[in-house]
Amino acid sequence: MSTVTTPVPPSATQEFLHNLRRLPHTVKDAWFRLGHAPESEREESQATFHNLFLHIHSVRVHVRSLAPTLTLGLGIISAASFVILCITGVLLMVYYKPSTTLAYDSIKDLHFVVFTGRFMRNIHRWSAHVMVAAVFLHMARVFYTSSYKRPREFNWLIGLGLLVLTLALSFTGYLLPYDQLAYWAITIGSNIANSPRELTDALAITKWFDPGGFQRRLLLGANFVGEDALIRFYVLHVFILPVALVGLLSVHFWRIRKDGGLARPEGPMGGLAEWGGERKRVFEPLATKTYGLMALVKGRRPTVNRGPEDTVMSWPHLFWAELAVFMVTVALSLILAFHFDAPLKELANPGVPENPAKAPWYFLGLQELVSYSAFVGGLVIPAIAWIGLALIPFLDQRTGGEGEWLGTPGEKRVALKSLSVGLVAVVGMLAFTVNYGWLRNWYPHIHQLWIIAINPGSILVLLYMAWSLWVLKRSNSVRHAAVALFTCFLVGFSVLTYFATVHRGPNWLFYWWPSQWPVH
Amino acid sequence: MPELNEKQKSRLEPVTIRRRSFLSVAALTSFFSAAGMALAGALRLPGPAVLPGPVRRFKVGHPEEFAVGSETRVEEANFTLFRDAQGVFAISCVCTHLGCTVARSADGFACPCHGSRFARNGEVVRGPAPRALPWLEVGRAADGQLVVYADNEVPEGTRFRV
Repeated sequence: MSTVTTPVPPSATQEFLHNLRRLPHTVKDAWFRLGHAPESEREESQATFHNLFLHIHSVRVHVRSLAPTLTLGLGIISAASFVILCITGVLLMVYYKPSTTLAYDSIKDLHFVVFTGRFMRNIHRWSAHVMVAAVFLHMARVFYTSSYKRPREFNWLIGLGLLVLTLALSFTGYLLPYDQLAYWAITIGSNIANSPRELTDALAITKWFDPGGFQRRLLLGANFVGEDALIRFYVLHVFILPVALVGLLSVHFWRIRKDGGLARPEGPMGGLAEWGGERKRVFEPLATKTYGLMALVKGRRPTVNRGPEDTVMSWPHLFWAELAVFMVTVALSLILAFHFDAPLKELANPGVPENPAKAPWYFLGLQELVSYSAFVGGLVIPAIAWIGLALIPFLDQRTGGEGEWLGTPGEKRVALKSLSVGLVAVVGMLAFTVNYGWLRNWYPHIHQLWIIAINPGSILVLLYMAWSLWVLKRSNSVRHAAVALFTCFLVGFSVLTYFATVHRGPNWLFYWWPSQWPVH
Repeated sequence: MPELNEKQKSRLEPVTIRRRSFLSVAALTSFFSAAGMALAGALRLPGPAVLPGPVRRFKVGHPEEFAVGSETRVEEANFTLFRDAQGVFAISCVCTHLGCTVARSADGFACPCHGSRFARNGEVVRGPAPRALPWLEVGRAADGQLVVYADNEVPEGTRFRV
């Protein structure tokens, strides 16, 4: 703010010239109202709340929220990779043509002709992987630090919506190159949407009630993957889903602020409180003792039971931390994109499937389940898992442990036990299925309804539920039961993903290593 | 006249509706009915009224071209045409599990995607496929050629006598 008083020029011409000379200053003043880097805490607060983009943050932030070990920066990594995806995605849109005859060639042009096109496409692909992984890990972080508990239940639901949108964005992007990988992955994906027919066919009611056919027609606009499907996936990928994601993401951020920032335990850190520049032990009176005033007051002020809020200014501490995480995400995507090309197979050929035709890694766990029953593995189990996740904060209403990894007593033990139970169950199930097959190998004429009801996937889910109920009974704690189920879910998801990635080869047969796949 | 509250009024008198509450009810009703209709219209749009795609009816040749006991794979239409002593029949080569193209194996058909196996007559032998490979309708065109109607399913064992 300039306080220099300049004499008023005598004529309008002189005033004009005077203003013209001062133009750089006045524009700078109009833009940066402060005119210099903030120097006092008051100016630092203004830097935060006078800025549209920063004012979603509070002016001060608790030091616990800044601790890298609490959040691991996963939320920021997810959002940062989304920003990278938007920028690179718009650049790819400059050349991409959503048509079955042109799409493949335009991707090839991007890869081989367009200056930096290949690098941009690689960054786009790798940031998508980073985003999916970060979103999953972020969910696990929020769960294990009890950060979904009151009053943050609603934001947990928003987060689950964002998970679905992230996966949907990734799925719709998969078709766009229109190569063999894309064509067959989307053929499989759209037939999973069609899979309620497995049940309606078994009950012989498809003629009257056909949700599967409806879903597939809505997705593809036809009965096969072709021009209509490509346009639909394109519109979803570049407009509808990103806009929906930005909307939910805004609510997600806003709710973090309205719910009181990141979840953290009540009271000061480790019995220490900072007050007036010095750290003091917080005095915690024993319930069995009577104290005189002098015992409570030490130093200039009393810190009884709870210290002052342990906060620091958001500007610069929080913003620099966020920028650092953003840059780490950018660096990660750049390094991956520089060293590993995004795949591009041959032009889509509806006559010859890829063998094996594998979905992207985060859907491979589902693909393994789908190889037992398309309807149960592709729709029922994901729906059960999603609804189960959505119910967690409403079934576990007891507070405690917020903002601490496995905070309440006994949680670590439950998590470790569930890790081993989940691991044994899923590995046992896979080993059994690979070695002995399933119902249809033993009874070739068995009715499809039996396979829908009893297949390795549904048995695994039932085992996990049973384990969680047992923990509920044993430990008499809803949170422990939730930890048990969530841990099993994570272990099952990871092992199935690993198994389908490494150990499934052509004809979806079991191989120890991809190097053993038959050459053909 | 002082205003009477609801209890003091006779129950025969009409219920008074305040101007503001009438307006708010009218505004809300019109908003939600219009929004509902607009949403229904917008959601109806992506449901295709006409399914695009070519007619899936394929002329495969004259019956004499297919020897008894032969089988012919028609790539562009994704079915296999068989001829045996009783007649001609076509079996679809689209896996009933998730739509991959099945390949002919020693004893029937095998799906590369999720390992479904089918017998020579299309019946599921193992794997996740929920039902048998469909048999397709076979007929004859005016010029004497065999025609396969790839969209029309017929019961297993239905043969076209030639």
